Amino acid sequence: MAKQLYWEDVEVDSEITPLPKVATSQMLVKWAGASGDFNPLHYDEPFAAASGVDKPVVHGALKRQWLIQLMTDWIGEQGTLKKFSCQYRGFDYPRLMKTMAEPHEGDTWWCRGKVTNKYVEGDEHCVDCDIRIEDGKGEVTTPGKATVVLPSRG
Amino acid sequence: MLPEEVSKLTGKAGEVMVFDVEKEPIRRFADAVGDLNPLYWDQEYARSSRYGSIIAPPGFISSPWFSRPKSGTTSSSAREELRDALQKAGYTNPAAIDAGIEYEFFCPVRAGDTIAFTSTIKDITEREGKTGKMAFIITETTYTNQNGDLVAKARGTLIQR
Repeated sequence: MAKQLYWEDVEVDSEITPLPKVATSQMLVKWAGASGDFNPLHYDEPFAAASGVDKPVVHGALKRQWLIQLMTDWIGEQGTLKKFSCQYRGFDYPRLMKTMAEPHEGDTWWCRGKVTNKYVEGDEHCVDCDIRIEDGKGEVTTPGKATVVLPSRG
Repeated sequence: MLPEEVSKLTGKAGEVMVFDVEKEPIRRFADAVGDLNPLYWDQEYARSSRYGSIIAPPGFISSPWFSRPKSGTTSSSAREELRDALQKAGYTNPAAIDAGIEYEFFCPVRAGDTIAFTSTIKDITEREGKTGKMAFIITETTYTNQNGDLVAKARGTLIQR
């Protein structure tokens, strides 16, 4: 784990440490099993086409967890995620597998964010952030917001 | 206009579902995300943390696993009833699309906790999209733990075409 972030370390417009992710067909299978989401939209091409998404797409909830990890990695063990939201605006398509362990060349997704506000509410030192996932073209497919509580050197 | 059979389901609450939070499912979940945070993996590490135990990642509690009817029961959720009503109303796309979620987290979820939750259909609206009519379904879910503490609230949006 990275060293602990304190409320005093953060300024408005501070960048959240970016988190890269590569979605693969294998990862979607793992996610389906781990989460219990067996919607064929995420593994069955004709079904996905009939549902209007062309081919199997990355689960929204997996992208949600990427953004949650972006926040929990950044705030560290003493930080608390208080509020979180995201919208699945664009479809993301996983890389297919080349070997048992390696995907084909292709897109890398980047989870990013920045601080929009910091304030004290009661005894909590709060930070608001805008967050997002950018696809391989740099387009935002998944915007969101988060509010965290950080420890204070106070 | 949404037919009465659909709109009457606004406000309908599903039954209370209960699940146990266990270490291995937490680890499988974290593995699928690619999240190596030792608070999810390492009991010794987690024990000496401020949590005192392995915790579940925020969002873990929304896993569809926990919404599945327990074996031997045939109860249908409010969500399933709505899906059937929408099918009859011409929303025949095979899958609803998850459009987003909003969470408020109130306290950590630890391995060993028992979580109870219930989902309520808060709103169903119809909009005309490029590819025809779409139903926006907003569901609110409230989670509590074995101590009666409010753990989290989630507000999810689904789009059914």
